[in-house]
Amino acid sequence: MSTPTSKTEKTSRQPMPEQEPHIRAKNFDEVPLGLTPEMAMIEASRCIQCKKPACVEGCPVNVDIPGFINHIKEGNFTAAITKIWEKNSLPAVCGRVCPQELQCEGNCVLGKKDAPVAIGNLERFVADYERKNKKASLPPKAAPTGKKVAVVGSGPSGLTVASDLVLKGHDVTVFEAFHKPGGVLVYGIPEFRLPKEIVFSEVAGLESLGAKVIVNAVIGRTISLDELFEEGYEAIYLGVGAGLPTFLNIPGENLIGVFSANEYLTRSNLMKAYRFPEYDTPVIKGKNVITLGAGNVAMDAARTALRLGAQSSKIVYRRSRDEVPARGAEVHHAEQEGVEFYFLTSPVKFSGDKNGRLTGMTGLKMELGEPDQSGRRRPVAVTGSEFDLDCDLAIIAVGAGANPLLTRSTKGLALNKWGYIVTDEKTGKTSKKGVWAGGDIVTGSATVILAMGAGRQAADSINNYLAVGW
Amino acid sequence: MFKIVHREEMAGGTVILNEIDAPLIAKKAQPGQFVILKATETGERIPLTMADTNPDKGTITIIYMVVGKSTALFRDLKTGDSFMDIIGPLGAPTHLEKMGKVVCVGGGTGVAVLHPITRALKQIGNDVTCIIGARTKDLLILETQMKAASNHFHVCTDDGSYGHHGFVTQVLENILKEQDIKLAVGIGPVPMMKAVCNITKKYNVKTLVSLNPIMIDGTGMCGGCRVSVGGKTKFACVDGPEFDGHDVDFDELMMRLRAYTEEEKMSNTTYCQATKA
Ligand SMILES: Cc1cc2nc3c(=O)[nH]c(=O)nc-3n(C[C@H](O)[C@H](O)[C@H](O)COP(=O)(O)OP(=O)(O)OC[C@H]3O[C@@H](n4cnc5c(N)ncnc54)[C@H](O)[C@@H]3O)c2cc1C
Ligand SMILES: Cc1cc2nc3c(=O)[nH]c(=O)nc-3n(C[C@H](O)[C@H](O)[C@H](O)COP(=O)(O)OP(=O)(O)OC[C@H]3O[C@@H](n4cnc5c(N)ncnc54)[C@H](O)[C@@H]3O)c2cc1C
Ligand code: SF4
Ligand code: SF4
Ligand code: FES
Repeated sequence: MSTPTSKTEKTSRQPMPEQEPHIRAKNFDEVPLGLTPEMAMIEASRCIQCKKPACVEGCPVNVDIPGFINHIKEGNFTAAITKIWEKNSLPAVCGRVCPQELQCEGNCVLGKKDAPVAIGNLERFVADYERKNKKASLPPKAAPTGKKVAVVGSGPSGLTVASDLVLKGHDVTVFEAFHKPGGVLVYGIPEFRLPKEIVFSEVAGLESLGAKVIVNAVIGRTISLDELFEEGYEAIYLGVGAGLPTFLNIPGENLIGVFSANEYLTRSNLMKAYRFPEYDTPVIKGKNVITLGAGNVAMDAARTALRLGAQSSKIVYRRSRDEVPARGAEVHHAEQEGVEFYFLTSPVKFSGDKNGRLTGMTGLKMELGEPDQSGRRRPVAVTGSEFDLDCDLAIIAVGAGANPLLTRSTKGLALNKWGYIVTDEKTGKTSKKGVWAGGDIVTGSATVILAMGAGRQAADSINNYLAVGW
Repeated sequence: MFKIVHREEMAGGTVILNEIDAPLIAKKAQPGQFVILKATETGERIPLTMADTNPDKGTITIIYMVVGKSTALFRDLKTGDSFMDIIGPLGAPTHLEKMGKVVCVGGGTGVAVLHPITRALKQIGNDVTCIIGARTKDLLILETQMKAASNHFHVCTDDGSYGHHGFVTQVLENILKEQDIKLAVGIGPVPMMKAVCNITKKYNVKTLVSLNPIMIDGTGMCGGCRVSVGGKTKFACVDGPEFDGHDVDFDELMMRLRAYTEEEKMSNTTYCQATKA
């Protein structure tokens, strides 16, 4: 997406080089190729170094944006990454997946007249540069405190807690239910958007700092929270995410070919079904694919389906284009690759053949009515507007809920009416002594950076607790 | 890594027993629970019930029928080799209660799943009748163990090569006619469980079955294992795998088990060719 040179600016926003849509829609390689050092320095020179930078306020973890950008401008990439690390331990991830248009870049003053500074692309650039060149040194590790901390879940939230606390000298162990660490970053977000090598390199970095990562450990089943305390862990952080699929409860939902987005993406990403039969786990490769929902998860599913050979990939969404919750870049990329959008359409039922395989979906047209509690105009059904769409694969991506596996098997943990863990807003403390929680299991499905922010806050509180008590 | 400390072949090599070092799981597991195993980096996650556990030794035992690529890969692991990943214990344990007269019906490798449940039902004081069956004598597994785990014992073979000539369901029906049975447990191939439930329904005897849908995570995260029970969608990995058989939609389960027939065939053929070469 190249922006034409603007009237007010000498230098326009540096376009991110990308794989061509028709080529990338057939492979799983990353779509954006990354800025060159020259481009990054030119882009950095666009920042006017505001005295009161609005961009920083837009970033949930308050990265010193003008600070790191200034180092890039001067070609000092090592200083730039060190600056980012002060607030954000996973910049290669955040640079790729943050909804920048709603956060840092959405607040950038240049955005008023021209394109905002490409803060996400710059963050990604320095993080990638450092991963390849390994020049920066991490903040020094404090002397060992001898205190054991358990982190449950290895998503962005748990990883943040672990890296903060290991640097403070604590003895940290991360427990992960899956056979690979990384949470949604590994099982949910596809390779073409976030190469797994980045996540594994972050985890390896954490291990080299001395944190232990134990996979295949389902806390609540393999080991309970109380047993962790008995084993000498003094504090426990729960960052278990919102791992419960939502279904639509409409007829035909159990036909072969109807998946939750969790299952579809886990098969493809974590189990590498896109490389079947080299990898043993299969996934149904639809010719005509319908994805229900329009968030990041839906975009990932619809674009994965194209890469697995779909002739058509449709997004069906009950609200209008204005309400689409996905990152702007994802919607743009999906459209470029040929994903079709059916707005104001609600699914009614699925139909199948005699073998129980999906053959189609009936949809219903909606129109926008009065605003609801969220202020968004509520979609209402247009009577008699049912219509049929052929499909042999349907992916339901309409949100996730709180997985009760751990929370229900743990006594003394207060939950809200949806099953999310109730915590103190400032510290992340739960109702159970010695237990903190944060990320999606507290807020419901949110973002990587918010899960990390919650983790940082809890890490500070845990550190304080280990020194002075609850 | 999870090391195989003991290995046995049963039923002419079509069924394999592995005793595996997995101390954390062995300590926790209860009858009716299962594990998910992955042999190699590129392997599938495969659910198998624990046929036995030894918490002191820190081992779990699985018994599985070789039906496709993944179970063939497991079969080819020798004593001393390791599974890359094992996750568990998963699923809800069997609800065990002293009820009086109980009948346990097992078919195929379902017998392995039934064994710890039968043993536990007898231990808490039930009068347990056990009926096990197989297509033919050579495919029968765990006969001595099942005999020891029950008070009354019956064997059936479809071809009459051993024990009662015919299906387990015929013996079951005779018992239900004559005795006041409080609970039935039926575990085996889906058509067998369906047939058992059809009979116990006639005699109004509550029946537990253990369902085996295709699974991925085993923690309630993907919904791939969903089954219809009493008209409601349940996740077999966390709500089950045991359910009241009279409420289960067996036809839907059989249908969903066929989701990857083509892919499974392809994997298996390629693997057989590669291992022969
Ligand atoms: C497909 C997809 C695309 C997304 N795209 C974006 C995006 O572009 N930008 C963005 O900002 N956000 C995006 N999100 C949202 C974002 O990924 C989440 O908000 C974030 O990952 C939450 O982090 P977390 O650490 O709370 O949990 P998770 O990332 O969910 O990690 C939780 C981990 O805990 C493990 N776990 C669960 N239960 C247990 C247990 N009992 N014992 C041990 N381990 C357990 C899980 O296996 C998992 O690994 C996306 C989400 C999905 C699903
Ligand atoms: C909770 C549970 C407990 C089980 N316990 C036992 C046991 O104790 N002993 C035993 O012999 N079998 C058991 N099974 C069945 C066993 O998991 C399958 O036989 C095995 O997955 C087949 O894999 P495959 O690659 O060798 O065969 P494939 O060629 O992949 O498939 C053969 C058959 O297995 C089914 N299947 C394939 N993949 C899976 C999967 N990931 N999960 C479940 N089923 C699948 C297919 O529908 C097909 O009918 C259990 C299943 C479940 C869900
Ligand atoms: S962490 Fe996210 S919101 Fe903050 S500066 Fe980086 S890309 Fe922007
Ligand atoms: S608001 Fe924009 S121009 Fe100002 S400091 Fe932030 S990035 Fe630079
Ligand atoms: S296997 Fe994924 S929810 Fe049961």
